[in-house]
Amino acid sequence: MDKSNIGKSAWAVLWFAGVLFAALMATMLVTNWGMSWSAALILAVPMAALAQGIAWSARFTCRSHPLLGKDVWHTVLTHVAAAVVLAYLWVGIGKLVAQWIDSGLGMNGTYRHFAAAQTQLYGVGFSYYLLGTAFHYMLFAQKASQEAQERALESSVRAREAELSALKAQINPHFLYNSLNSISALTSIDPRRARDMCVSLADFLRLTLGMGEKALIPLREEVGLLEKYCAIEKVRFGERLTVKEEIQEEAKECLLPPLLLQPLFENAVVHGIAQMPEGGWIKLHAARNGARILLTVENSWDPEAGSSRRNGVGLRNVQRRLEARYGNEAQLQAKAEDEIFRVSLSFPAETEKAK
Amino acid sequence: MNGGKRKWQALIVDDEELARKLIREMLATHPEIEVAAECGNGMEAVKAAGEHKPNLLFLDVQMPKLTGFDVLELIDRNGVAIVFVTAFDQYAMKAFDVHAVDYLLKPFSRERFEAALEKAKSQEGKKVVDAAELAAASRPAGQYAERIVVKDGTKVTLIGVSKLDYAEALDDYVSLVSEGKKHLKQQTISGLELALDPSLFVRIHRSYIVNLERVVRIEPYAKDSKVAILNSGVKLPVSRAGYARLKTLLEDKR
Repeated sequence: MDKSNIGKSAWAVLWFAGVLFAALMATMLVTNWGMSWSAALILAVPMAALAQGIAWSARFTCRSHPLLGKDVWHTVLTHVAAAVVLAYLWVGIGKLVAQWIDSGLGMNGTYRHFAAAQTQLYGVGFSYYLLGTAFHYMLFAQKASQEAQERALESSVRAREAELSALKAQINPHFLYNSLNSISALTSIDPRRARDMCVSLADFLRLTLGMGEKALIPLREEVGLLEKYCAIEKVRFGERLTVKEEIQEEAKECLLPPLLLQPLFENAVVHGIAQMPEGGWIKLHAARNGARILLTVENSWDPEAGSSRRNGVGLRNVQRRLEARYGNEAQLQAKAEDEIFRVSLSFPAETEKAK
Repeated sequence: MNGGKRKWQALIVDDEELARKLIREMLATHPEIEVAAECGNGMEAVKAAGEHKPNLLFLDVQMPKLTGFDVLELIDRNGVAIVFVTAFDQYAMKAFDVHAVDYLLKPFSRERFEAALEKAKSQEGKKVVDAAELAAASRPAGQYAERIVVKDGTKVTLIGVSKLDYAEALDDYVSLVSEGKKHLKQQTISGLELALDPSLFVRIHRSYIVNLERVVRIEPYAKDSKVAILNSGVKLPVSRAGYARLKTLLEDKR
């Protein structure tokens, strides 16, 4: 409604149109209907200003009746009705002004000339209102596309940020330190296993770093990474860690952002298994349900250990990445019940071929 | 205690078997140090410390149930040299606060390990700190205890603070009442008060701290004195200062 809303150029257009309108109208009144120049100008200037006001008022009707709204006929009828009423009003006011010029200013004949032009003037007022609606719809469309662009830019920046922070958080340094300590112990106790662990760790790091460059990977690759991760953690935790997988064949080729599940497994180890003297289990369940994929990571946990809150960062990260990729098409649910901590994800299923 | 001749009894506490084996292996070249026991968690450590009376403790920090700092709170630390062994560097300051002789970061070299042993040997017989100081040190700054560790004989109980109804001062001990049971802990009531979140627990009397959620109502008792009635029916005396504290807290909550 204020200047800043429509921009300076729109105001310039309105001014220019107003001046042009006045000049054209005066010329028309003089040449076609024989009005005197002075009378025509006195009449045309307020009429032009009024016409600008009418064209401007179209803004409000346009706003309440979006061009691509539900009911197109309603929109058209509203505009036509508004155009008729406003044109009638405009000419009516014009008549009063003409009358005043005629009798008040003593320029006889003005009213007569005006009355002669009346029919055409109805047409002008009518068209001018509609021109206004076109102008405002154009402004709205321009603004909407600008906003859409900004939103797209913003969401891509956010996606990038989420991606980066996820990758930074991916390799938990303590995971590395503890693994290296295990290798340090194994070098003299069991050199062969020490070598195996070095290889597992290298594989894990290579996969992690390589995956970060891709936007999406098939589930089976993520599962491959999880298996490497668990193999390493099993060296540390031994019997205390049990891993189960239930992966439906159709789900294996479904795409997901890389390293989406790994932080959930890490949470399961750090906050679940590591907190229980007797150890526990982690279970991955993956299924495709029509157009959606459902992933569940469950782990046994000890409610008494009181570390559920610390899950926060990893979970938020996963949530942010899902949102960045799928918007509100994605769902994440984390729930602790009895002695099981469960994180369920669901988002649209895509595969390499379908893309 | 006659100088270096004395045999060292060591306890290795770590929830990872390989980590324990590594320390055991590094100790193999030191015949003067005998590994009394290996413990896979804090509970075992508390028990083993009672049985073996070690004077050297290799202690991991992050372990299931009881952390390394919890363990220290529960054992007799007289004459025990503590060496923390952990992958986390953020506990170094706290380790310093509880007068640990050294802080080994995993993975460590043999030279680093030897240096830690040297330190332990040179600091033999130094004075130790008291348990309340330890408890305070094991808590991150600005955070309140989420649970209280209590040792009764060899049994260790963890009381979540939400399950604590009230605490009563008994000389050098506090009696902690939770789920109908009483647990005795060697701590002053003021020490306990500092550890508990003041928005949840109020010192209503010189000898009592109450869990605000348990208070059903306050009744006048005699001139200038009141009683707090808990949902369990227990009545606790409320001093005048205690009543003022209680009132401001309840008004803040409203």
